[in-house]
Amino acid sequence: MRDFSYLRAASVDAARQAAALPGAMLLAGGTTLIDLAKCGVAEPETLVDITHLKGLNGIEVSERSAIIGALAKMGHVADHADIKSRFPAVSEALWQAASAQIRNMATIGGNLMQRTRCPYFRDPANFPACNKREPGSGCSAIGGVTKGHAVLGTSDACIAMYPGDLAVALVAFDAVVHLGQSQVPVDDFFLLPGTTPDREHAIEPGEMITAIEIPGSASARRSTYLKIRDRQSYEFAAASAAVGIEFEADGRTIRDLRVALGGVATKPWRARAVEDALKGKVLEPDAVRAASLLAVEGATDHGANHYKIELAPRVVARAILKMGETA
Amino acid sequence: MTLELSLNQQPAHARQGSSIGQPLTRRDGFLKVTGGARYAADNHPPGMLYAVLAVSSIARGRVAALDTEAAKAHKGVVEVMTPKNRPALAIDPDAKDNPFMFRLDLLQNDQVRYPNQSIAVVIAETLEAATEGAALLSPRYEALPARVGLDGAKSFVPRGVGIGGPAVQHKGDVETGLRSAKTRIEATYETPAQYHNAMEPHAIVVAWDGDRLSIDTPSQGLAMAQGRIAGLFGIAPENIHIRSPFLGGGFGSKGMISGPQVLGILAARLVGRPVKLVLRREQMYGPVGHRAPTRQTLRMGMDGEGRLTAIDHHARTASSTFDDFFEPAADASHTLYASPAIATSHDAVRLDTGTPLFMRAPGEATGSIALESAIDEAAHACGMDPLEFRLRNYAEVEPMTGKPFSSKALRECYRQAAETFGWASRPLQPRLMRDADGFLTGWGMGTATFPALMFQAEARAVLRSDGSGLMETGAQDMGQGAWTAFAQIAADGLGLDIDRVEFRAGSSDLPNAGIAGGSGHTATAGMAIHNAGAAVIARLADLATGNEASPLFGAGNEGVLARGGRLYRRDDESRGESYAEILMRAGLTEIEAHGKGAPDPASQETYAKHAHGAVFAEVKVDPDFGQIRVTRLVGAFAAGRVINPRLVRSQYYGGMIWGISFALHEEAITDRRSGRIQNANLAEYHVPVNADVPSVEALLVHEDDPYVNALGIKGVGEIGITGTAGAIANAVWHATGVRPRRFPIRIEDLLG
Repeated sequence: MRDFSYLRAASVDAARQAAALPGAMLLAGGTTLIDLAKCGVAEPETLVDITHLKGLNGIEVSERSAIIGALAKMGHVADHADIKSRFPAVSEALWQAASAQIRNMATIGGNLMQRTRCPYFRDPANFPACNKREPGSGCSAIGGVTKGHAVLGTSDACIAMYPGDLAVALVAFDAVVHLGQSQVPVDDFFLLPGTTPDREHAIEPGEMITAIEIPGSASARRSTYLKIRDRQSYEFAAASAAVGIEFEADGRTIRDLRVALGGVATKPWRARAVEDALKGKVLEPDAVRAASLLAVEGATDHGANHYKIELAPRVVARAILKMGETA
Repeated sequence: MTLELSLNQQPAHARQGSSIGQPLTRRDGFLKVTGGARYAADNHPPGMLYAVLAVSSIARGRVAALDTEAAKAHKGVVEVMTPKNRPALAIDPDAKDNPFMFRLDLLQNDQVRYPNQSIAVVIAETLEAATEGAALLSPRYEALPARVGLDGAKSFVPRGVGIGGPAVQHKGDVETGLRSAKTRIEATYETPAQYHNAMEPHAIVVAWDGDRLSIDTPSQGLAMAQGRIAGLFGIAPENIHIRSPFLGGGFGSKGMISGPQVLGILAARLVGRPVKLVLRREQMYGPVGHRAPTRQTLRMGMDGEGRLTAIDHHARTASSTFDDFFEPAADASHTLYASPAIATSHDAVRLDTGTPLFMRAPGEATGSIALESAIDEAAHACGMDPLEFRLRNYAEVEPMTGKPFSSKALRECYRQAAETFGWASRPLQPRLMRDADGFLTGWGMGTATFPALMFQAEARAVLRSDGSGLMETGAQDMGQGAWTAFAQIAADGLGLDIDRVEFRAGSSDLPNAGIAGGSGHTATAGMAIHNAGAAVIARLADLATGNEASPLFGAGNEGVLARGGRLYRRDDESRGESYAEILMRAGLTEIEAHGKGAPDPASQETYAKHAHGAVFAEVKVDPDFGQIRVTRLVGAFAAGRVINPRLVRSQYYGGMIWGISFALHEEAITDRRSGRIQNANLAEYHVPVNADVPSVEALLVHEDDPYVNALGIKGVGEIGITGTAGAIANAVWHATGVRPRRFPIRIEDLLG
C-alpha cells in the first residue's frame, strides 16, 4: 500500500491552500487521476477531494457566453440544451469523447487536466525514459510505437499527443479558463512541450480551475466537431476538427471562421492559417480544400503517424464544407 | 412436445425432443445479472493472503537482482517468492508430453524468455501491500536484444502445426495446376498477434490441507487441469478439487493451466495459508497464450470456366523460443474448395514472446481471412460473382482427403443468406455503390467452416424414488450456455421434464466432461449425458419389465418408452407407470448409470465432418477518410442439430462480432526495440464496442447428420469468426477498390 493523505476540502479557498502543499493533487471525477496512479505515473501524497464543493457544477448560458463550472460532468454539459444550440461543437466534442461511463464521472475541470495516452509516458515500470515524467530522462516514444503520436507541436524532447476532444472545441472559440480570480485563454493554458514537456498546463500549485467561459458568437452557434477514428466509440481521434463559421449577409462570404484540430498535435491546435486564408472569401470547395492543407503546415511525422498529416486537412475541409451547407 | 425415448438406441436426431430444440433462456442468467454468480476471484477463504506477480520488463535475458528486502520490509508483506525459495515441484516445468500443456515459467531459474514473464511473487495481507511490494522489488536485468516480428529470427519448418498435424501437405501437383491455369492470382496477407482478453482475468484462490488442494479457478478443462497440477506437485489427482462453475470467457486461454495459476498454488504452499492471485489486464499479455501473427501467401489457378486448378497456401507464423504451438493457418485450404491440386505449408520463427495458443478458431480464423480474400480476388480475376465462383468450386467431397461429408448444407446456407442479404443486386465491379450520404458502400461474402470435433467425456445419471433425476458431468460453462444446453440434453436423456432434473457441472469431483474447446463440448459431454440417461433408463426398464406386479411386465426393453417421468408400453400407451412407482416397488431409493461420449472411430475414418456457413457483409467507407463501418451482417449456418436455438444464435452472433474485431480492430502492437506490447489494455487494444456492431442476423439452417454422433450435434462456438472476417475484407474491397492485405484494416490503409 502506498499511503497518501485524503483531505476533504471545506471550501474553494481551502482546496487551493491544500493543493499548494507539495505532492498534493485535486480529486474531482478521478477518471484520469486514479488511472494514472494505478500505472504509477501519479503518486499523490495528498488527495484533496473537491467533489462535494457547492456552486462549481453550474452551467450558465447567455447571449454573451457560457460559463461552465469546473465540477460539471462531461455528460451533463454534452446534453445541456443551450450548449447544444449555442455551442454545438462543444456538445458534439463531449459526446464523442471517452465512454458513457467516463462522461458520467469526469468533470469539465478535470477534462482540461487530462494527460496524454502516450504508452511510454504511462509505463514508468518498463520505460524509465520520459521527459514528461522525468525531465532530462529522454523520450522512449521516438523510435518506438508512434501511431498515436503528434505530428504538430512536437519537440526533440516529446512527441506525446494531446488526446482530448473538448479542449479542441474550446480553443476554437477562444474559451477562457477561470482560475478563481485570474483567467487564462485556453490556447495559453495548454503549453507546447518544447524543452519542458513536464509542464503541460499554465497552472501553478495553489491554483484551481473553477470554471470555463466560452464567449458566445455566431461562429460558435454554427459549429461542429468532426472526429475520425477506426472505432465508432471509445477511441481517441485519428484526427478531429472543431469548426465554426459565420457568413456575411450574402450567406456565402466568410466573415468569421474558427478551426482547431485534435488527435494530431501536442496540444489543442488552433489552425489560424486556415482561418486567415478563408476569411473574407466566398466558401468554395476547392478553396476550402487548398486552405485546409495549411492546417498541417510544419507537421513532422515519426513513421506510423504519417497518415495523420494526410488525414487532418481532409477532416478540416469536410467540417468547413459541412458548416457551409447548413445555412 | 413429449419425448419418445425408445430403449433400442434409435438415433436421437430422428426423435422429437421435448427439451432439446427449445429456446430456453440461460438457467444461470438470473445469478449472473444479479451478481449472485460466484466467479473464482469472488472466493475468500478464512486467513487468505493476496499474491501479486512481479513480471519482467525485458523480453530476453536474466534477472540480475531483486530487492526482496525492500519488498519484505513493506507493511503487510508476508513473503516474497523467488527462484531461491520457491517450493519444489515434482517435475520440470519445462517438460511436456502432449500438445495440451504449456511449458511453464514457475521461477525455475533467473532466465527471462518474454516480456511479462513472472519473476517473483509477493504475498501480503492486502492486495495493495502485495502490489506495492512487487513494485519495490526494483529488478535489475542483464538484457539481450529482443527478437520480434515474422522476420525476427531464422525460419524453420515445424514438426507439427496446431495439435500436431503435418506442417506440409499436398494433393496433386500444384505447379502443374498453376501452369495449366488460364487465370492466376497470387497475394500475401498479414494478420497480427491477438490476445484472448477474456473479461474475467485468470485468477486462482487456493488452499492446501496437507497434500490436498482446494482450488477455485476458471478452467475450460477441469480434468486436464487437475491432471496437470497433480503432475507438477506429485500428488494424486483425486486430492485436488477444482471448482469452476462460471468462466468470464475463455476463448482457449483457459484451456490449459497457465504459469500464474500454478504460482498461486506454490505461493499458498510457501506461506501455509490460502492465497488469491488475480492477473492484472496487462499481465494477461504474455503467460496465458495469444493468437500468433501470420503472413500467408496464396496462389490460385483457374481454368476458363472459373474452376480452380490449384490452391497453394503458405503460412509463416511464430512461436516462443521454448515451446511449440504453431498456428495452423494454411490448413484452412484443406476443406472448403474443390481443386485437383492443393498444397499447404507452414514455416515459423521463434520469438521472445509468450507461447501462442489456441484462440477461438485457431488456424481457422487466420487461415479463413486469407483464403476468403484470395477466393474473392480469384473470382474477380475470372470476372465472376464471388458466390457463383464459390458454387462453381463447391466441394462435393472433402478436397484434401476425398472423403464424403457426413452432412453439408452449405448450398442452403449460401442460398438463405444471399437471399436475406439481397446479394443478387450486387454490381460485379468495385466502387460503384454509394449511399445517400456519399459513403462508399461495399458488399462482400465469405464461407464459414469449422470441423465437428469430439473428445472424451463421461457422465453419471441417477433416478431417484421421488421421481426426480440427477445428471453429473464436470462440464464448463464459459458463457456459451453449458448449464442450460446440457440440462436440456439431460432432461431428454432421462425422460423427465427439465425442472425435475438436477444438473451438476463445473467441478472436478464430477465425471470428466472433457474440454470446452474445439467447439466440441456440447457434442462430447452431450453424448455422455445422453448415453448415461439411456443407460439408467435401461436399468429402470429392467426393474419394471421383469416384475410381474408391473403393468410393463414382459414388454421387454425395446417395448418401453420413457417420457415425462413414466415408462409406457410402446404397443399400448395406456399401460405405464411412474419412475417413482418402479423404484419404490423395488425398494430402491435411487439407481445410477454411467455414459461416455467419444468420437466413433469407424465414422471418423469414413466421413469428413464439418459445420458450414455463409456470411454476407455490408460496409460503408468514408471516401475521404478511409473510415470503415460495418453496417450489416447476415450469416447462415448449418451445424447439425440445434440443442437450443437462442444459445446457438448467440454463439453465432459472438463469432460474427469477433469477425468484425478480426477484420477491423484487434491488434497487439509491439515496440520492436523492447519486444513489449504497447497497447496491453482495453482502451487501446480494440475490440468492437456496441456502436461498431450493426444489424447482425444469424440464420439457422436445418441439417440432419446421422454420422457425427447419435444426437447429430456438430459445434457452433467458433465457426462464426470464419467467413465473417473475410466477408468484411471483401466488402471493403468492393466499396473502395483497395484490396486489404494487412489486418486489421485501418484508416491509413485506405487513405490513398
